[in-house]
Amino acid sequence: MDDLATENDRLIRYREDEAVDHAAVTVDSFLDQSSASAVRVEPGDDARELIPHLGRLALVEVNFPAFGDGRGYSSARLLREAGYEGELRAVGDVLVDQVAYMRRCGFDAFDPDAPLDADDLEAAFSRWPEVYQAAADSRTPIWTKRHA
Amino acid sequence: MRILTGNDLKSGAVTWWTGQDWSLYVEDAADVSGSEEEIARREEAARRVNAPYAIDAERHEGRPRPSHIKDRIRALGPTVRPDLTLKPTETDIGTWVI
Amino acid sequence: MYLYDQYDQQMVDARVEEFRDQARRRLDGKLTEDQFKPLRLMNGLYLQLHAYMLRVAIPYGTLNSRQMHALADIADKYDRGYGHFTTRQNIQYNWIKLEEAAELLADLAKVEMHAIQTSGNCIRNISSDHFAGAAADELVDPRPYAELLRQWSSFHPEFSYLPRKFKIAVIASDTDRAAMRLHDIGIQIVEQDGELGAAFYVGGGMGRTPMIAPCIKAFVPLDRLVTYSEAILRVYNRYGRRDNKYKARIKILVHEMGKDDFTQAVDDEFARMLDEGIEPPFAELERIRTFFEDPLFETDASEDIDRSDPDFALWVDRNTVAHKASGYVSAVISLKPVGGIPGDATSEQMRLMADLAKDYSFDELRVMHTQNIVLPHVRKADLHALWTALDEAGLGSPNLDTIEDIIACPGLDYCSLANARSIPVAQKISERFAANGKTEALGKLKLKISGCINACGHHHAGHIGILGVDKKGVENYQLLLGGSEAEDVSLAKITGPGFDEAGIVNAVETAADVYLREREKGERFLDTYRRIGMAPFKEALYG
Ligand code: HEM
Ligand code: SF4
Repeated sequence: MDDLATENDRLIRYREDEAVDHAAVTVDSFLDQSSASAVRVEPGDDARELIPHLGRLALVEVNFPAFGDGRGYSSARLLREAGYEGELRAVGDVLVDQVAYMRRCGFDAFDPDAPLDADDLEAAFSRWPEVYQAAADSRTPIWTKRHA
Repeated sequence: MRILTGNDLKSGAVTWWTGQDWSLYVEDAADVSGSEEEIARREEAARRVNAPYAIDAERHEGRPRPSHIKDRIRALGPTVRPDLTLKPTETDIGTWVI
Repeated sequence: MYLYDQYDQQMVDARVEEFRDQARRRLDGKLTEDQFKPLRLMNGLYLQLHAYMLRVAIPYGTLNSRQMHALADIADKYDRGYGHFTTRQNIQYNWIKLEEAAELLADLAKVEMHAIQTSGNCIRNISSDHFAGAAADELVDPRPYAELLRQWSSFHPEFSYLPRKFKIAVIASDTDRAAMRLHDIGIQIVEQDGELGAAFYVGGGMGRTPMIAPCIKAFVPLDRLVTYSEAILRVYNRYGRRDNKYKARIKILVHEMGKDDFTQAVDDEFARMLDEGIEPPFAELERIRTFFEDPLFETDASEDIDRSDPDFALWVDRNTVAHKASGYVSAVISLKPVGGIPGDATSEQMRLMADLAKDYSFDELRVMHTQNIVLPHVRKADLHALWTALDEAGLGSPNLDTIEDIIACPGLDYCSLANARSIPVAQKISERFAANGKTEALGKLKLKISGCINACGHHHAGHIGILGVDKKGVENYQLLLGGSEAEDVSLAKITGPGFDEAGIVNAVETAADVYLREREKGERFLDTYRRIGMAPFKEALYG
């Protein structure tokens, strides 16, 4: 298997563990065969089908073929709600103006088609001093802080 | 004839390709038949125009007049606010639009 | 009225800086127009026929005089001295420069306003009853619930790239003044066994496939309001159609799944979400409610109105509405002068309205979905002074809910999607009826005009509707009859072949004459149409 690090210098990970070293399979083939530990969820896939098998998954890639298709945000969040703790990687047409919301939905890695500017990325993650609503990250919503 | 129009990226103002540059006045528009796509691509990449597109126009008293009413309103301004159009003093300009 | 705390202010300020950065990256060429477009749209910035257009949110249509002054200042500083109030209780400016847009947003933020999510495929500004907190017939003030949902929907990480735009309206009386059932979600606050809750109507809308929202849940407890909304949005985000822009609204999903299956899907999602900590603490709703407490109404305000001036008396009869406090009314400032542009106000008019609100209406104004302005709490004793000031500024038209009170979208004069102009048709109709003197006899008659099938002018919901179409490059207008956006909601039907501009004005008069001939005592135009049906109108129009 190719070394992912050389193959892909666009990959950004916010995790301490080692990246999975094999390619992700489709949801259908993952459900058919039991050996893979990495799966790729397309926008039309029902990510809930993975829930019975979360224990053997180390990487879920959620594909964004076009940045305007927001189904992947729900796929990510419902996997986190179901208790998935492995890597959740947004791949495809992932733009710097989306990454902050993606993190809130539970993504902890990004593999964008076009590399992201490091300064822009830094700015994007430090943009929001607070958040209004609860999501898949650990940030405390404003309305909870107001009544703490 | 085919003429090329778009909006100025910074100001949003409606502009027309003159052959060398962009003008606020449709009278200055040049015939771009055949090369519209190339010019549009080049000018948009250079950020001298936003969302350019080519339209059909006829010559009217020697000057280009867009074939469709929408582009004639773009060329002039809102028909219900003559004071805000490019020709606030030309009272019969409405007939050019409609 | 709701006031920002430091959190709300920080969020709005952060958004201004985010947009400043995005606009800079666009101007520097780091973002293509395709990439920038959804970002600018989520800040209300469109590219329209003549320039960039900016839509500013007026949450649930409520603003104070300081904010109205700021809107006037923005009109002068960044635009051409006027603005257009819309059917979703917002305001639009038509001549904005991209290089100045961030500065404009910064000016807005100084008065606790913004343009966040006023466009784009996200949850839009939440609209409500323009008489909220004043209406004699309301159960409670609906705005605290709208404000709670505003906060929940702002910068929502999961629901910012929905299949299509998403509009929510909240009301709290059986009279629907917000076209609640023509929204993606319509919420009515109701009472059941002494407890408040929310009835959810989902899947209404206009556009090319108009639909009336069915009720999917008659009672959701108030401490589940946000979670239930989240469940609906998740079902929509996952399953709403993305293959065809014209079938992407939630109304199509509800229609294709069927109301029962859709409701089941929402209920399943809701059940899973219950333990996710989505619902805000109930204390937050209570905190928000404190901002919407009644102003200090005088308990002995006089009920008397000196009606000796007939022009004033007519305005009182037409443009004031019953208030819950005795001695008070809600007064409607018409932005529909005969021959004028529906919904447009100059900066001078905005300033005057702001000052009058300060003097006579506890510093509060409302934008109506009919593109007028309300001063919600006016003492009857102050009405004459108020009317005198309005009349002098050309704002005293006595035509609320009459055929002159026309809703019209910007149409081909401003909108790049239009087929035909709406405004000149509205101008000619109001001039015609002002001249022929039939306005009074026609009574309540809602006329609504859209310049294309997108229906921004609510033509489907007009007692009389007009739809602009393109007939081989020439403007043409279809006539529709029998719609209503109110509690007696219905969708209007097309009468038949369309008309040219002069023809449509005549056709409206013809339809009005059929009503005047056929009506029975106490019937509105709509009631007569519903009783006698389309045939007599067709006969008169095309016969
Ligand atoms: C000039 C710029 C505008 C553009 C480009 C625009 C565009 C659109 C489009 C494309 C739709 C159809 C959406 C759909 O069915 O999926 C729509 C619907 C609508 N717009 Fe606009 N609009 C504009 C201005 C306005 C204004 C000025 C108003 C208020 C007067 C308004 C209020 C509405 C409303 C109420 C709807 C119906 C929502 C529904 O279908 O449920 N829009 N608009
Ligand atoms: S109805 Fe059509 S013409 Fe009118 S504002 Fe909406 S999109 Fe434009």
